Amino acid sequence: MNTDLRLAVDWTACTAHGLCAELLPERITLDEWGYPLVEGTPLPPEAVRRAKRAAADCPVLALKLQ
Amino acid sequence: MTTIPQPAGAVLHDALPRLLPRTPLDLAAHTAQYGPRAGTQGLSAMLAEAGLTGRGGAAFPVHRKLEAVAAAAGRSGRTPVAVANGCEGEPASHKDATLLRLAPHLVLDGLLTAAEAIGARTAHLAVEQGSGLLPGLRAALAERGGDRVELTEVPRRFLSGESSALTGYLSGGSGLPRFPQPPTRERGVGGAPTLVQNVETLAQLALVSRYGPGWFRTAGTAAEPGSMLCTVHTAGTAPRVFEASTGTPLRRLFGPLPSPVQAVLVGGYHGSWLPAAALDRRLAAADLGVPLGAGVLAALPADRCGLVETARVLRYLALESAGQCGPCLNGLPRIAAAFADLASPLRAVGSPRLLDDLARWSGLVEGRGVCHHPDGTVRLVRSALTVFAAEASAHQVGYCTGSNPAPLLPVPSDPAPEGLR
Repeated sequence: MNTDLRLAVDWTACTAHGLCAELLPERITLDEWGYPLVEGTPLPPEAVRRAKRAAADCPVLALKLQ
Repeated sequence: MTTIPQPAGAVLHDALPRLLPRTPLDLAAHTAQYGPRAGTQGLSAMLAEAGLTGRGGAAFPVHRKLEAVAAAAGRSGRTPVAVANGCEGEPASHKDATLLRLAPHLVLDGLLTAAEAIGARTAHLAVEQGSGLLPGLRAALAERGGDRVELTEVPRRFLSGESSALTGYLSGGSGLPRFPQPPTRERGVGGAPTLVQNVETLAQLALVSRYGPGWFRTAGTAAEPGSMLCTVHTAGTAPRVFEASTGTPLRRLFGPLPSPVQAVLVGGYHGSWLPAAALDRRLAAADLGVPLGAGVLAALPADRCGLVETARVLRYLALESAGQCGPCLNGLPRIAAAFADLASPLRAVGSPRLLDDLARWSGLVEGRGVCHHPDGTVRLVRSALTVFAAEASAHQVGYCTGSNPAPLLPVPSDPAPEGLR
């Protein structure tokens, strides 16, 4: 049973640091310009902690859990 | 069938046009035509039964937006704000300006009734800089004594009418789209729950509130009821604004066409190209299989190149990107440049990967911005590559079937928007 939390990107804030893809490689990859390609389906419970960490560690706080 | 209560002195329209008079109506003529502004009792239920949807392009059910704003106001304890959106950023659309010129009081009625219904005490009406609409609107407001509406001109940009851009501008901000959480219905102008409705939607609302849903549904199809304003482009004539029943065959809307048609653009620059057979379909999203957007329709003559026409529009759309979101900022100029190459047989011949690049970049920008600018742009690209597939193949072997270079769709000659120069 997945949670109802999903990853989202505030595209106006994201500047393609790419840290999120390192912290959460199973859900985030980078496109050819360095911007995240995010798996937008609900997170499984075991991924929530690391997703929160990735969101908190985004240098511009563009990665959101909602 | 229930009897529709008739405002004193009102003439109930059975035929079109309902909201687009031939000459501008001052308050006296407006009141003689439609009767006094209706109250808000049962408004949401009437709008739901009428099936009125937003006429700004997204076709969202109006009653649901009203209810959502009222609910957000209840939850937050903040007084909501109502905004009439007359920012017709799309160069091919003229219906909102035409409506505001001819029937300003119908829009103001709708705005004030909607504002009252959600409990708003502030109402805004926003139009574009350079539209020349403000003096007429000021005069209309002056006729109405106690009614207070804030009139604002917003920068002339394709995206100025996007709801978060508009509420941001009205709050003293930059007027660019923002991350849609929380949505404007919860935090809009000054952080208050905000109802943003297109001006035509409000004019329709003003009529539904007077005459009821049964009357509204005497025009249009059962699934997409009522009438809508359209801007119709045919080669060699100035664009025309009509009010049409949904369900009207497109051919009747275009009228006699001076030359054979190869394709029809439905829904404007965020819309879709359809093959000429669409002329025999009806004006309804369900019939055409594509969104109607804000009602821009254009018939591309057989002697034009659809790729050249699309490339001009894509260049404009790329320049109108607010430049805030990485995928849009990177993708749209690449898409526009690749499409310009495809539109030129000389360049298309030596570039076998153009179609692959366009498909990949389209996928990379879609759904990856805070507003729908990339999504709408991709819709146009994909429909062009489908409808003009044979032309693209011709270009890739070095020739173009177009013989007439005259442009059909209007694109501002200097499209670099303010703030991006």
